[in-house]
Order: sequence, then structure tokens, then C-alpha cells
Amino acid sequence: MAGLSIQNISMRFDLPNGSSVQALKNVSLDLAPGELLSVLGPSGCGKTTLLNIAAGFLAPTEGTLTLNGHPVTGPDAERGMVFQQGALFEWMNVRDNVSFGPRMRGQKEADYGKEVDHLLDIVGLRDFKEKAIYELSGGMQQRVALARCLANHPDVILMDEPLGALDALTREKMQSLVLKLWKETGKTIILITHSVEEALLLGERLLVMAPRPGRIHKEYRLPFADLGVGKDLREVKKHPDFAVKREEILAMIWNMEEEIMGRTEAAQ
Amino acid sequence: MTGLIILAVYVAIFVGSFIVTKFLVHKTRRDFTSLKTVTFGDESAVSPNRVASVVSILTLFLIWGSFTGSKLLPSFLHAPGPTTGEAELTYTLEAEDGRRDDATIAILIHKHGEEVTEPAIEPGDGFAKNDVMTMASGRTTTIIFDKNDEITRKMGAKVVAVDGKPIAPGQTVEIDAGTVSLSDKGAIQFAPPLGLQMDPIWLPAPESVVSRFVEILKSGYRGSTLLEHLGYSLFRVVVGFVCGAIVGIPLGYAMGLSNWFRGWFDPIVEFMRPVPPLALIPLVIIWAGIGETGKIILLFLAALWIMAIAARSGVSGVRITKIHAAYSLGATKPQIMRHVIVPNSLPDIFTGARVAMGVCWGTVVAAELVAAEKGAGMMIMVASKFQLTDIVIMGIILIGLIGFGIDILMRMAEKWLVPWKGRA
Ligand SMILES: Nc1ncnc2c1ncn2[C@@H]1O[C@H](COP(=O)(O)OP(=O)(O)O)[C@@H](O)[C@H]1O
Ligand SMILES: [Mg+2]
Repeated sequence: MAGLSIQNISMRFDLPNGSSVQALKNVSLDLAPGELLSVLGPSGCGKTTLLNIAAGFLAPTEGTLTLNGHPVTGPDAERGMVFQQGALFEWMNVRDNVSFGPRMRGQKEADYGKEVDHLLDIVGLRDFKEKAIYELSGGMQQRVALARCLANHPDVILMDEPLGALDALTREKMQSLVLKLWKETGKTIILITHSVEEALLLGERLLVMAPRPGRIHKEYRLPFADLGVGKDLREVKKHPDFAVKREEILAMIWNMEEEIMGRTEAAQ
Repeated sequence: MTGLIILAVYVAIFVGSFIVTKFLVHKTRRDFTSLKTVTFGDESAVSPNRVASVVSILTLFLIWGSFTGSKLLPSFLHAPGPTTGEAELTYTLEAEDGRRDDATIAILIHKHGEEVTEPAIEPGDGFAKNDVMTMASGRTTTIIFDKNDEITRKMGAKVVAVDGKPIAPGQTVEIDAGTVSLSDKGAIQFAPPLGLQMDPIWLPAPESVVSRFVEILKSGYRGSTLLEHLGYSLFRVVVGFVCGAIVGIPLGYAMGLSNWFRGWFDPIVEFMRPVPPLALIPLVIIWAGIGETGKIILLFLAALWIMAIAARSGVSGVRITKIHAAYSLGATKPQIMRHVIVPNSLPDIFTGARVAMGVCWGTVVAAELVAAEKGAGMMIMVASKFQLTDIVIMGIILIGLIGFGIDILMRMAEKWLVPWKGRA
């Protein structure tokens, strides 16, 4: 079976003081190749945990995980990661960061050179190839991270709040870039965000998660990602359905937060 | 007393040059800082005033020269020096039977190290005869006044007054020529005014340090050239540091990567870290003697723990996202070691190396002070035993300059090799 399949995943963290946190409970999810899924939820609902399990950094306490039919047991180049920040290698220049994956596989400049340059063109960093990472702005660094991930030809790209540290304007440009890359490369993408608008704009499918225990609360199929490819995302936001969905999801998350607050207050 | 005067002069120059610069030197440059209305408490608005730095260094040399009577300074800048030239005092001798007679002592006070000949004088009349003597300025001298007297102290004569001022054994009087006291045995002790200048034994003038430097540079000291002395010290530091780094860095990596290594070495490292390397000198001397081996073992130990701790924190400081990213890009464990963990730890290792080099330099000098045949520390220790203060000061200046040079070199290497340090 092609695609990423997550079956009845549960994750419990045992804390040193003897108690435990149920970070995920019975999460199931099937992603077909080329699907773009955005995941939304209040903080602490297990989004990062879910992504770390998908990446193979954590083994779930229960449940199974397969990619294209074979089980996921650890990190692998078939599942690329884009982190919020700080995952680039400062001791390498932009181009060496992007070519890291191919180089680790033993490829030579002749094998990967053209493609790396092409990717740098796509993300708009043609003139910054030789620059050091710390000379780039936050938005440029995330573009390097995207290019580095793509240069490795992963089947699935996992992004944990990749645009979370960027300012509003840069963020909009990067959202367009993500859509463009998705359409052009046809990759399967899971994108975690805490912005409702971003989740709506970038999610072909949208998963709203609820906390304590972390679980899937509601799932949507949305037209906005397809509408937004190659367009001005501000136009998409004017879509009548967009505002309706946004209000609905905001209210949903608002209620969850209220509930958490109420529960902690009751516990005190 | 002199110390307080020096402090007062120093503070006066500090304040005076501040006021002068403040009113005479107007800022013509209009930069961002000059436009700030709030600078007090704004750390970014504080940068070292270069005028102050230059004046500060000049002041040190000025005070040094002034209070040592340096020939490099015009004499009006000199602090008053110890009295030189001819002095005279008159003593009154009383014989056992109560007779009294006066005699004068002519004293020629010459500069330290100068050769002079005693002038001839008339012995005068009476049973106390006139004396003549020479002495070096800045010293105290005991005058055996009765060598030529007809009635000596052995025959019951004693001094009862100096320049007409009554005096008894154990007492001190001030006269025109200086301070006179009478010892318990009745000998006259004479100290001409010292002035405010330092005795060369305490602090030689800058030019004598320089000429000593030139002399030792040309003909060496204690059988080795100056370069050999300094070279030996540097050689010990470099060898000890390199050995410490070669063992310490892998040890630190192992401690950062393996529970077993961390558990095994943590108690040792944590115990050795607060032990100052100087405290190991006696043990190392017992074990390995005072030769090169002992010194290098000592410096090896000094560098080892610092480098191990630096490498350990370099490894533990790597952001887990970098490791995760590398795994997701298909890197193997050895590749992650080589391409992520090692480069990521370099800034910490460089910080450790700078600290270690500083500690090693200090330790080698101290070890050479204790026992060595060659080296910067040995040079100043031996010189101090012979009260060759100019060599001691020259050595201290050279040790400071070399330590400073080492740090600058390390900083340059750091800028060149780990330019991302502090900017990640
Ligand atoms: N390594 C861990 N040890 C203990 N608890 C953890 C660990 N990682 C996550 N958790 C807990 O699991 C829950 C989900 O965390 P996370 O997946 O980071 O949430 P999110 O990314 O949605 O904010 C939180 O309550 C968090 O405290
Ligand atoms: Mg998270």
C-alpha cells in the first residue's frame, strides 16, 4: 500500500516522578502520496510527538506506522524534516547545506551539482550560494531548509511549525513557496502549524487535534490549497468559505483551551 | 608614605586628563552613539576611550620614571631623590671624667654604584678627632666615629649630643643633614633624607630594565640566551597543551556520547576541575623531578581537564534538531560525528583552548619559579635571589607580553576557523 499509514498510535511518556503523560491516544491516519496535510491544535496536544513518531525519532508505545507498506523503525532519508529553526549547519555555506544529503550518500558534485543549483534557484537563493548561514535572514534560512530537504528526494516531508518564527510578510511569501513546491514536486507533506489561517491555506486536508490525551478531534478536506497554487493568497482568504471555516475552527480551539483552563482550575 | 603620594599623583592624572580631554577634544564625528540621549546604563554606548588608554599607559611609565629618577625624563619631572653630596654632623663626646669635646664628621654621599675617594681632612684638636667617610645615597650607615679618637667608647667615652641636640643610646634625633640615632652600643647611625624616589633594589628605572634586556638578549643569562629561556617556557606550554588536548578532547567527546564514559569519568573530572594545577607541582616534582618530563606532565594535567570539559559541553550543547535533521537526511552515525558533532563542538573547544593556554602559561611560570634550569620563571626567580630587580621586572613584562600574544593568536585562529561562533 502506497503512502503513509498511521494505525492506532498511542504515546505515553513516563516522567521521572512516577506519573505519566498520555501525549497521543489512538491516532489513526492515512496519507496518500502527494497529499498535503496540515495539523492544528492547542499547544501540548501532541503535534510534535506525532511528527517525531512519523520521522522515526520516537517509537510509539502502541500502534504501527508504515510507509509504502514497510514499517517505520527509525529516521530515514525517505522522510525529510523541516524544523522551525536552528537545524541548519552553521559551519557549512548555503550550498553545502543543501547538498548535505546527496553528499552523505557518497554522491559527487557532478551527480548533484545541477539539481542543487536548480533548487537554490527555485527557492530564490541563487545569489546566496556561498553565503554563511548566519548571514541570512530567518526567511532565507527556512528556504535553505526546504531546499536541503528536497535535494534528498524524500517521499514524505514533515514540517514542524516551519514558518512559526517568521514575520507576517515573510510568512505569506513562504506559504506561497510551500504550495508551489508541493505542486511542482508532488511530495506528501505533513505541516504542523499553530496558525489557523496557515492551516486552512496550506492544508488539502486539515486535522484538528485535541489535548489530554492528544487525539484527532476533527478532519476537514479543503479546496484552498489547490486554489492558492500560483495565486495571491490574499485572494484566497477572500473566499466566502474561508472566513466561515476560520471562525468555526477558532471557536473549536477556543473551547478546547477553555476546557483545559477549567480543568486545571478545578484540579487546583 | 611614598605609596600614598604615588596614588595621589595617579588619581590626579586620571582626573586631570579626563577633564582636559573632555573640554579640549570636541567630538566632531556624528555617529549613532553621539545622537543618543540616553547613554548612561546603555552598554552599547560604552566603548573604550582610546585617548584614555594611551594616557593610561603613558602615566604608568611617567610615574615609573619619575619615582625612579629615570634619565629618560627631564629632571623637573623627577620626584625628589635621596640626598647626595656633602653632609656634616658634629658629635659631642663625653669622657668618663665628665670632660667634653666636639668633633665633626664629613660625609660624602655618592650615588649608588659610584666610586668616590675620601677627601682628606684636618683631625682637629681635643680628644675627639674629626672623621670623614663616604656612603651610598638612600642607605643607612653606621659611623664608627671613635677609631681615631683619643678616648674611645671602650675607655668609657660616650656620645651625648649630635649637632648640639642631646642624645642617648636607643634615641633618635633629627638634624639638618638627616636622621641620627644612637645604637645600644653607642655607635652613631646616620640616614640622610631618602626623598621620594624608589631604591633601584625595589624598582629600577625603565632604562635600566631596557639596558638589562639588551644585555641579556646579547649575552644571555645563566648560561642560556633569552630566547632559550622564553622558548623553553613556550615549548613546555605547547607540548603540554597539545598532549592535554589530544587526550582531553576525545575524552570529552566520549563523555558527551556514552553513559558509561560519562559515569566513569564524571567523578574524576569534577574532582580535578577545582584543583588548581599549582597544587600539583609538589607531587609532580616528587614523581618526575624538576626536568622537562615533570613540567610537561603538569601542563598536560592543567590542560587535560579544561579540554575534556570543553569538548564535553561542545557535544552536549548540540541542538537535537541538528542531529535529527542529519539523520533524516540519511547520514550515518560516523557521518553525524564528523559533519555535525565535531564542527558543532569547535566553538566550545576553542573557548576551552584559550582558557587552557592561559592557565598553562601561568602554571609553567609558577613551576619554573619552584624549580627549573631554564625558563622565564626560573630567570626571574634566580634574579630575585640576587636582588636583580631589573631582570625580575623585565621577566614579568615579557611574561605578560607573551601571555597576551598567545591570547591574541588564539582569538585570531578562532575568528578564522569558527567564524560562526556566537552567531548561530
Ligand atoms: N520527551 C518528553 N518527555 C515527557 N513529556 C513529553 C515529552 N515530549 C512531549 N511531552 C509531553 O507530551 C505532550 C505533547 O507534547 P508536544 O507533542 O510537544 O505538543 P505540541 O507540539 O502539540 O505542542 C505535552 O504535554 C508534553 O509535555
Ligand atoms: Mg510542538
